[in-house]
Amino acid sequence: MRTKKSYFPLGYILPAFLIVFAFRLIPIVLSFIISFFKWTIHGPEKFIGFQNYIKLFQDPGFWQSLINTFYLVIFVVPVTLILSLFFANLLNRTKKLSGLFRTTYFIPTVTSLVAISILWKLIFSPHGGLMNHVLSFFSIHGLDWLSEPRGIFTLLFGAMGINIPKAFGGPSLALFAIIIVSIWRSLGYNTIIYLAGLQNIPEVYYEAAEIDGASKWKQFFNITVPLISPTTFYVLLMTTITTFQVFSQVYLMTGPPIGGPLGTTKVIVYYIFETGFGESQNLSYASAIALILFIIILGLTMIQKQLEKKVQY
Amino acid sequence: MFKRYFGKSFSYFMLILCGLIMVVPFIWMVSTSLKSQTAINKGSVGFIPIDFVNYYTHDGKKELCELVDEEEDQIVINIYDKDGKTFKESYVKVPAESIKSSKKLKFHWDNYKEAFTKVPFGRYILNTLFVSFSVLIGVLITSSLAAYAFARMKFKGRDFIFYLFISMMMVPQPIYLIPSYFLLTKLGWINTYQALIVPWIANIFSIFLLRQQFKTIPQDLFDAAVIDGCSQFGILWRIVLPISKPILATTAIFSLIGSWNSFMWPLVMTSSDNLRVLQVGLSYFAQEASSSTALLMSASTFSIAPLLILFLFAQRQIISSFITSGLKG
Repeated sequence: MRTKKSYFPLGYILPAFLIVFAFRLIPIVLSFIISFFKWTIHGPEKFIGFQNYIKLFQDPGFWQSLINTFYLVIFVVPVTLILSLFFANLLNRTKKLSGLFRTTYFIPTVTSLVAISILWKLIFSPHGGLMNHVLSFFSIHGLDWLSEPRGIFTLLFGAMGINIPKAFGGPSLALFAIIIVSIWRSLGYNTIIYLAGLQNIPEVYYEAAEIDGASKWKQFFNITVPLISPTTFYVLLMTTITTFQVFSQVYLMTGPPIGGPLGTTKVIVYYIFETGFGESQNLSYASAIALILFIIILGLTMIQKQLEKKVQY
Repeated sequence: MFKRYFGKSFSYFMLILCGLIMVVPFIWMVSTSLKSQTAINKGSVGFIPIDFVNYYTHDGKKELCELVDEEEDQIVINIYDKDGKTFKESYVKVPAESIKSSKKLKFHWDNYKEAFTKVPFGRYILNTLFVSFSVLIGVLITSSLAAYAFARMKFKGRDFIFYLFISMMMVPQPIYLIPSYFLLTKLGWINTYQALIVPWIANIFSIFLLRQQFKTIPQDLFDAAVIDGCSQFGILWRIVLPISKPILATTAIFSLIGSWNSFMWPLVMTSSDNLRVLQVGLSYFAQEASSSTALLMSASTFSIAPLLILFLFAQRQIISSFITSGLKG
């Protein structure tokens, strides 16, 4: 059957294409170009080659922001992964109230990070904050959460009378507070995603294992963990990418100055923001940092995709 | 038997604990928003909004009073009239033992009114609604059209453009924030509504979701429509969109939640007070009124309330939207 060739596909693509072209593609390409120029808000001034990148490697502020971001990722991603799989498992086994649990767990996902950050800043406040009030029942007193620059391991071992070198101090207590908020915020979403994945595993596998006399633990490690691995990779990738981009929590919970105490909560996206839109307005240097972030995220994505290919069941 | 019973109670215990950790912060937020600032400053941390009040007891009567000054064993007080607001008598010296302090339950609903009027939150909310719905309409139009072309039309470069789109979906916002700011400055769009709306009216993820859906529609339906003389646009409008309502709703939900909660972009692209969206307004308010914690909590509460109410009403739909997008993404 011949149909009239009267349609005009470009007309359908065009509106979306124009927007994506102008506000995605051009900026992404431009970001690369800007980083090689001395570039102000009025436009390019001078080609400077790799100068920004050389500066970057000698900039302690950049390295600190990178370390802070890595701390965040290293703590948030595994904890979120394990906790969300744990709670999804519990939810999967319960019938009663499971709808109610799902709803409550999901609430932080749909609330704005701005409001959440403002709320948690107050929760962590040493003057009338809920956190210290709760901790006081466990005889933990006087933590100055968001203004404590000392590392959590330093504090922990210090409480036992052991001094550890500063390099092993871990994230500052202030950054740890941000880690807690980030886990709290991402837990519900990932639990629900895991739950959906668990519900896709056919019940017969468990029944067969039951007949063979496999314990619940064995079933979990030999059936659930392998079969849920596609979901695990998704959760791993998404949580990593979002954690690398943490901004609002730092912007609203810390300081003044933001990123404090002693720059221990200054994460990379805030460093980009500060460099590009702060007093210095150094667009080209900020673009160089953004590009490094992009390369890191891209690299991690590639590694995870490769791993995912290898780990197929 | 015992083991199974124990396992079940343990499950419920952990699930309830986790649920509490999720909601208790919000409950505390609402309860703090209803306290008086004086009570908070005096160290009221609990969940019940209480006022610390003083009573002057004399001749078997109990009268509400306010402490002004303390001297040795005498206290200077102002005694309230029956309305609890104006003073009946001021600067009365009374013996210290006739003053009794106690706690009284009181909800300070006026915190909400004060927070709402202290900075123009009404304006911020209108801005947010305007931006969110403009973006929503734009996204629905551009995504349906593009997704239809990607799913159902054959043309040169189709797959190339599609994969170009998908690869750009993976690029996080902070990467292109700086050049976008430069670009919008050149366009003269900084501090305009366009800056908040136009770059967001094409959403690659929505195009992707809709394309997946459109591809599942059986070819027979299209053939029949063509025989009946339906144009391509007619097919999209009369057949494809009506049967894709659930996924359109999903797209709409994501668009609305995304616009309502978007923060970094409007923070960078606008500086004038008139153009502030709710999240940006709230963040400025947090800096300006950082010591008025009760007001801050009120403002936070009414900023999250609209989405939260939407969520509670449509939670099944919203959660399953997140799941579909998660599994397909």
